[in-house]
Amino acid sequence: MHERRTILPLRTGLLFLGPAALFIGAFILLPFFWIAGVSFTNRSLTGATAANPQFVGLQNYLKLFDLSTFMNPGQFGSSLVITGQFVFWSAIVGQAVLGLLLAWFFYRRTGWVKESVQTLAIVAWIIPDVVVAFAWNAFLDYDGGTLNWLFGLVGLHKVDWLLAMPLLSIVLFNAWRGSAFSMLLFSSALGSIPPSYLETADVAGAGPWQRLKDIILPLIRTHIVTDLILITLWTFNTFGPFLLTGGGPAFRTEVVSVLTYRMAFKYFDFGTGSALGMVMMLINLGFALVYLGLLRRQGGSR
Amino acid sequence: MKVVRHVLGRLAFYVASAVFAAVFALPLVWLVFAPFGAKARLSVALPDPFTLSNFGKVFANTFAVRALFQNSIIQAVGTMLLVTLLATLAAYALSRAPIRGRDALSYGLVLFSSIVTGTAAMVPIFLLIFNMGLIDTHMGVILVFTGGLLPAAIFIMRDFVDSIPRSYEESALVAGASPWGMFRDIALPIVRPGMMVVGVWTFVNVWGGFLVPFILLRSPTKMPAAVAIYSFYTEGGTPIITLTTAYALLYTLPVLALYLFVNWKYGFRFFGGIKS
Repeated sequence: MHERRTILPLRTGLLFLGPAALFIGAFILLPFFWIAGVSFTNRSLTGATAANPQFVGLQNYLKLFDLSTFMNPGQFGSSLVITGQFVFWSAIVGQAVLGLLLAWFFYRRTGWVKESVQTLAIVAWIIPDVVVAFAWNAFLDYDGGTLNWLFGLVGLHKVDWLLAMPLLSIVLFNAWRGSAFSMLLFSSALGSIPPSYLETADVAGAGPWQRLKDIILPLIRTHIVTDLILITLWTFNTFGPFLLTGGGPAFRTEVVSVLTYRMAFKYFDFGTGSALGMVMMLINLGFALVYLGLLRRQGGSR
Repeated sequence: MKVVRHVLGRLAFYVASAVFAAVFALPLVWLVFAPFGAKARLSVALPDPFTLSNFGKVFANTFAVRALFQNSIIQAVGTMLLVTLLATLAAYALSRAPIRGRDALSYGLVLFSSIVTGTAAMVPIFLLIFNMGLIDTHMGVILVFTGGLLPAAIFIMRDFVDSIPRSYEESALVAGASPWGMFRDIALPIVRPGMMVVGVWTFVNVWGGFLVPFILLRSPTKMPAAVAIYSFYTEGGTPIITLTTAYALLYTLPVLALYLFVNWKYGFRFFGGIKS
């Protein structure tokens, strides 16, 4: 093969790259360093500390990690626990399992049934946040909500979802909302499995459960890891629960992103808001590094 | 015996499919029916009497109409044009120019953008726009969305440019075209499908985005539909459900239309690029 000739000279290439680099520098790199700076001050939106914020050292962080109030409702520790439960149940259990189930169930099938069900899942995923929140508010309503109506049909007692089980409500909401991504990713992964593998299993008399456990899951392990890390990262950063519950009742659904919003834009305490944002970014960085590490290990063993 | 098993298998398939379909459809059924009913209710019922008057009332509300047909469109289309243009230029450079460490650069970008998310960085993003004097402007919203969406857009676009054979561009260069002329006349037409996908993806993201306009905009005359939808309240403070749902339906239609368009034109699924 002959040597590839350069299509775009370096100088033109850098010119092409310039505008995008400027945007990314201003809106991604700069905020990353800025937030670190603000988190060591008592900056607020209005008043004296808005124009002349003072350096307060680690005070904002110490306040977040103040162990005497850490686990109180509305405090950082309690919010972290809520976020952890929210991510685990809605993303890892809800989205990934439901997505895998959908992908597996319709694997090697075609036709309008598959198309319709998958389209419904995708619609749930792409329509705007606020619309989904409205729909779910009605869906979970105590008196007229569709879910309680269904409960009535099968003889169960009505549940006041948003007040009595707020965390379960946002978990169901987010699992429903995001399953399509996992479904699409796993469908694409299943599509890449050579059919001969499964035909061999069929001949050997493997049941559907054995096929899934012994052949399919090991083959799509990389995709599963990719999916879990991405949906964990997204769910950890989502603002969606705010639209359904506003963080309430009594802070019981206040995930870290909503707590950050309350500190920064309801209390106008930018110092604390930045410290919270900083901790969020460090957690994000942790997830991303785990992801990269896994990718590298797989790249090496291939 | 075999026939019975086959029939039972089909039956189980349809029952399970119906359950899946119900899980995803049920929360939305109310939203489809409620806008056409004269009476506001949170329960699912066929609209009786059927009416289109709620849409009439939405269109009579100048604030709501401006939010949807002016503000949302300015912000979504503005961001879409900017992201598509910048991402195409950058992705083309990353694919075709001899920039050292370009692979690491592409991955680093996506990595960094997943760390500095809109929710984690809301304070510095607000301060940045505040110091630029762009609070309460369409421009502020457009710039922030552009910065946030660009890394992923470049990544998608680069995947696309990489998959295109270089022979056309090479022939154009041999024929004496300048780099810029070659980009405009040869490369741009070839990468147009990729630009369409990135453009639609950007539009849908901004159209549905809530947090950025929510913290950056102040005056009701600039709010996009995502924020304006919370404005259909009675003077007593209860939401007017019939109007809200009618508005929500109008607001959702462009997203559904774009989905159908992309699905029809390219097929809506993931390709090799996203795996591992």
